[in-house]
Amino acid sequence: MLLGRVKGKVISTLKYADLEGLKLLIVQPLNKRLEPIGGLQVAVDIVDAGAGDLCVMVRSREAALALPGVKFVPIDLTLVGLIDELDVHPDEDFDFSLKVGWVQYSG
Amino acid sequence: MILAKVVGTIVTTISHPAYKNRRLLVVQPLGLPGEKPDPDFVALDNTQAGIGDTVLINREGNSARQVLQNPDACVISVIVGIVDSIFLKPDAL
Repeated sequence: MLLGRVKGKVISTLKYADLEGLKLLIVQPLNKRLEPIGGLQVAVDIVDAGAGDLCVMVRSREAALALPGVKFVPIDLTLVGLIDELDVHPDEDFDFSLKVGWVQYSG
Repeated sequence: MILAKVVGTIVTTISHPAYKNRRLLVVQPLGLPGEKPDPDFVALDNTQAGIGDTVLINREGNSARQVLQNPDACVISVIVGIVDSIFLKPDAL
């Protein structure tokens, strides 16, 4: 799952039959610091998001599973959550490098 | 499965029913010494993990559905364990 920001919407009349009635949005995938990863993508919306909203998105097969009705539809990105609050601590607070030998992490 | 550190929390009011009653966390995978770690992502917590915890994450939809006991869950990454300690053999690097 990944973060994304809604940038706009897409209207398509001629499309695969099972995509009928789905709301399509243009989203920018983001990393934890809300910097863009790659280009814009089109996602299906099930949480009533609008332009500017920060969302959690899910890719691959699970994108289709997120739909309320038919789950066998050709989509690969769905908005599954609207973010109200995102609290990410700075990288300096953590060590992301594994160490040689025994390392105790908790307890 | 991957080893990662929990670096952030996410609060959502509107979300898919499969995400209810569990927290979404921002996680950053760990890397070998001197190597750049993989990019961060979002995972659903099944273990009561918190910021700073080193966790074990399943990053595959079918195992996530098994963990959540919901055959229709639209979840890919799920935190399945909190790591106590790690042993890395010195001559294995």
